Amino acid sequence: MSRSLILHLGLIAVLFALNFVLPPYAHGNIARVMTLAVYAIGYNIAFGYTGLLSLGHAMFFAAGMYGAGLLLRFTDMGALPAYAAGLAAGGALALAVGLLALRTAGVSFMIVTLMFSQAVYLAILYFGEWTRGDEGFVIASADRMIAGVDLAAPQARYLVAWGLFSVALMFLLWLVRRPSGRVFVAIRENEDRARLLGYDTFRLKLLSLVISGVISAASGAAYAILFGYAGASFAGVQYSIFPMLWVLLGGAGTVIGPFLGTLFMFYLIDLSSGLTDAYMLIAGVALIGLTLFAPQGIAGEIRRRFWKDLP
Amino acid sequence: MTKSIDRPQSASRRSALKTLGAAGAAATLPLWARYTNAQTAEPIRIGFQKHVTGIGAAYGRWYDRTSQAAVAKINAEGGINGRMIELVTEDDGTDPKRGAEVLEKFANQSNCDVAFGTLFSHVVIGSAPRAGELKLPYFVVSEGHHVASGMLNRWTLQPGITDVKSQVQAMAPFVSNNLGKKVTMIFPDFAFGHDHRDYFSKAIEAQGGQVLEMIAIPPTETSFTKYFPKIPRDTEVIYHVMVGPAVLTFVKEMGEFFGPSRPEIFGFIDSLEAVDLSSPGLDFLEGTYFWEGMPRYLQPDAADYVKSYRDAVGVDENGASTEDAKDVSTAAHMFGCWETLHIIKAGMEASGYSGPGDRQALVEAVEAMTDMPAGIEHPQGAKVFNGKTHQVFGSQYISQVEGGKLIVKHTASIEDTLYPDEVDYTTQSF
Repeated sequence: MSRSLILHLGLIAVLFALNFVLPPYAHGNIARVMTLAVYAIGYNIAFGYTGLLSLGHAMFFAAGMYGAGLLLRFTDMGALPAYAAGLAAGGALALAVGLLALRTAGVSFMIVTLMFSQAVYLAILYFGEWTRGDEGFVIASADRMIAGVDLAAPQARYLVAWGLFSVALMFLLWLVRRPSGRVFVAIRENEDRARLLGYDTFRLKLLSLVISGVISAASGAAYAILFGYAGASFAGVQYSIFPMLWVLLGGAGTVIGPFLGTLFMFYLIDLSSGLTDAYMLIAGVALIGLTLFAPQGIAGEIRRRFWKDLP
Repeated sequence: MTKSIDRPQSASRRSALKTLGAAGAAATLPLWARYTNAQTAEPIRIGFQKHVTGIGAAYGRWYDRTSQAAVAKINAEGGINGRMIELVTEDDGTDPKRGAEVLEKFANQSNCDVAFGTLFSHVVIGSAPRAGELKLPYFVVSEGHHVASGMLNRWTLQPGITDVKSQVQAMAPFVSNNLGKKVTMIFPDFAFGHDHRDYFSKAIEAQGGQVLEMIAIPPTETSFTKYFPKIPRDTEVIYHVMVGPAVLTFVKEMGEFFGPSRPEIFGFIDSLEAVDLSSPGLDFLEGTYFWEGMPRYLQPDAADYVKSYRDAVGVDENGASTEDAKDVSTAAHMFGCWETLHIIKAGMEASGYSGPGDRQALVEAVEAMTDMPAGIEHPQGAKVFNGKTHQVFGSQYISQVEGGKLIVKHTASIEDTLYPDEVDYTTQSF
């Protein structure tokens, strides 16, 4: 078994073990961090591995959240089919946006994805009759059951979040080690050269964006079902910036980085807000420090210093 | 202009001195009170979900001042069941995700007995499911219809402030009898505006009036001139509920559009909470009407308990901070924190609350409440609590801008605010 496999399976094992020992507040926090780390993993595929700097990923997160949430609100189809619908919504949106936005690159791609995401956000407000707009809506506890298991119960919520995170993490590890994952990196490093080598880079970038969109939607749908709420703030621009921040902090283009970044950011806010009202200042200084002294993020720095082939 | 700025400052200096003196005297009370109780009981911990950052920060600042004043008063009077109360404040960033996390922190880490104090509806709706799961009594001060609509759960209550549905429908009789029957509504195109659109249009029709036009303004809009030509010429009343930083532009551009010949104008003070009415461009509002949850300006006939409440919070006669005349309060909403803390006290005393094991009894005790007479515990006015819908009902004020101040012209009765129950939370299990 390779060292990297041991590292990632080890993380999964540790998170599983933590389920039994964490005090209640930390238990809830880690469940939430794992759910949102899936979003960061999704973002990392597009940004960290393929070099697609998107400023609009909140639309994919929201597609999952509303794809599942609206079905649970208006139908009796149950949590699992609604969850699958959330994934499909994220994938379909990523395909449609990708077909248009990938005609651009660099700064233009950022702006186009930002515009699409704002359009989705405003659409959620506009169709307030169904979405309850900025207020959002509660997903009833009766709809948050899978096979008689209440996902609102702390243990079930944690284990579902853990399962989802484990699948996303191992999928990413598998993806980046197989040829198509390596071509994503080739596109990131030098798209012209990849094209020269005969790769259809548009198709591969589209594939990367769709995978990224589906995984982001998986996180959004899970958040709605596990935490019982869907609201337009999750489609706002700050929720497009968060995954970028998490990935940059944890280490763009690393498998473990998104989780580390999400965890770091959560506790940075949670702990510093206990010290002062000006906690955003502490968070800002910490981020500047990390950018200055570990520009490749936590896992990126580990790779640079100690572990050259960390995936 | 200069005089009108000078006058409140000198007044505020006087009242600041008075308040400081009173606060100095009162401040000694909690010390001995705490001393006598410290050995027998831990404080009751009330988790205060405060909007410190984000769009709700101005409200958060005043919700905090009001809550601190109420806690100081309650502690000075001996606390609750002989125990002092302590506010455990956490910033929710006016964000529903962080709001839910903060509730978890209250319940699982800071050992709070209850959670309290949220205003923005999306934070309430994002947090309430967690309150239900954590079985943490969650007293919101939001004025949203979310509680009474049945969307939330048995652990979430709104006993200290009325909801938007009752407020809006109570305005219709006054508008149709005094201002006109042909109304054009201008509202932001999101949930808050949609609530006004839906509830007011029904209520005004029930009064024999009609809504001629509904003009929804997209939330990203920064200039409004293109919308004003949509106002029908035979409009008698404009009903506006614009909120956010663009409201000053909105009022200024509306003034430029109409000039001296305008229809009657009625708005919700939510647009101008924490905004100084003497701000440039707002002079067009002279003579227009506003809903107020509680009057911002000290009215000539104000009861003594209203004055005591305002002094305790540190509000001068213009509704600004006694320490800074430019720091205008959110008077129409923040009284809800004061009243809610007194209801928590009454509920804990009625249920003999001694710790988290009695949380269910506390919710049941509050559900059993009905009449809440006006007084220092309820300075906004008398209220009726509906235990089934977890929502309180109370009087509403309609004020007119006169000489740059809001003067109360009409008080809508509690009966005007009532509507049929949409939920019975008492049938839900805990």
